Amino acid sequence: MKALVIDDSRAMRRIVSGILGGFGFETLEAGDGQQALDVLAEEPEVDLACIDWNMPVMDGLEFVSAVRAQRHRRGMTLMMVTTESEQSQIVKALAAGAHEYLIKPFTPDAMRGKLELLGLVEGKDLT
Amino acid sequence: MSLAADTFTFVSDLVRRRSAIQLEPGKEYLVESRLLPLARSLGMTGDTAVDDYVRRLRASADQTQYEQVVEALTTNETSWFRDATPFAALSSQVLPELIGRRGSLGAVRIWSAACSTGQEPYSIAMMMADASGTQQLAGSIIATDLSAEVLDRAREGRYSQLEINRGLPAPMMVRHFSREGTMWRVSDTLRRMVTFARHNLLDPPPPGGPFDIIFLRNVLIYFDLETKRSILARIRRHLREDGYLVLGATETTVSIDPTWERVGVGKASFYRHGGGGS
Repeated sequence: MKALVIDDSRAMRRIVSGILGGFGFETLEAGDGQQALDVLAEEPEVDLACIDWNMPVMDGLEFVSAVRAQRHRRGMTLMMVTTESEQSQIVKALAAGAHEYLIKPFTPDAMRGKLELLGLVEGKDLT
Repeated sequence: MSLAADTFTFVSDLVRRRSAIQLEPGKEYLVESRLLPLARSLGMTGDTAVDDYVRRLRASADQTQYEQVVEALTTNETSWFRDATPFAALSSQVLPELIGRRGSLGAVRIWSAACSTGQEPYSIAMMMADASGTQQLAGSIIATDLSAEVLDRAREGRYSQLEINRGLPAPMMVRHFSREGTMWRVSDTLRRMVTFARHNLLDPPPPGGPFDIIFLRNVLIYFDLETKRSILARIRRHLREDGYLVLGATETTVSIDPTWERVGVGKASFYRHGGGGS
């Protein structure tokens, strides 16, 4: 499984990549939505994108909309991973086509729970 | 930090007498981690904090504090839609089947036993609410626990960001919860669906039965074989003839009471009254 971690904070990219690596993902990184689209153009087989909301150049919501407009990327799972926690924003992201939404800060266990919901890792008792 | 042997013996004995839950040797870490906050709340610190706390408890014989100890050791943190498979089986097969027999979803009665802080009954409620359209489902679910403290939290229905992240799909979160500061609160509709009550599994089942589905997940593991048998016998009397018992993912009735019939529904296993049932 391959995951693309999109966040303008290098430290956060490293944390998210580390957690995903622990669940067996090979990870790629991008610092904003546009960079992420560039990475995807080179790497067609990405299963999951973990997307920060606030980034320069192209933000996470714009990235989600751009990917959703690409018919051949329908199989890619999109999860917002962001500090944005207003209900209206979560609704907006889901409406734009995000499949899941994980609010920072989160534990590796919470990430695992979301990946289980998305069918990307095997089910395990969360408790 | 290690617990004194007589501290563990006293605490495990107290918990067994009050709740029938067995704390086997090897669970010292559990006693230590659960009682440390109580010890700290009384200003006890250092490596012997829990031993000091239990020594004072024994000297005082304070019943309220005894209850707190039992509660601290019998409380479990749970996640939303824990194990996922029973919920998928419920919504795709079990509930439609029961609705067919009972006439409506509103007539289906569910008991969530050992419900802890409410994630299980609210998960069931979310699933039912999403399946019900505009139907009124108030009071469909009875949820019980031994601990008054967790029941207060469950009734309140307020969860931290960390708690809400555990297994709850984002679309359900926005549909059934609202933000209150840094917390998320279960909707009034869901809260009206669940009636919380304090209940010891060794006592007769709570009012509201007989039940169509009883959730008894990840709780039998705490009891000895004889107590497990006795709990299952009580449960059986309050489960409708065509009802379903739901156990934890790693649990089974096989070695406890083979008269239950295991039924595979999708990837989940449920249990029903077998031919030899009373």
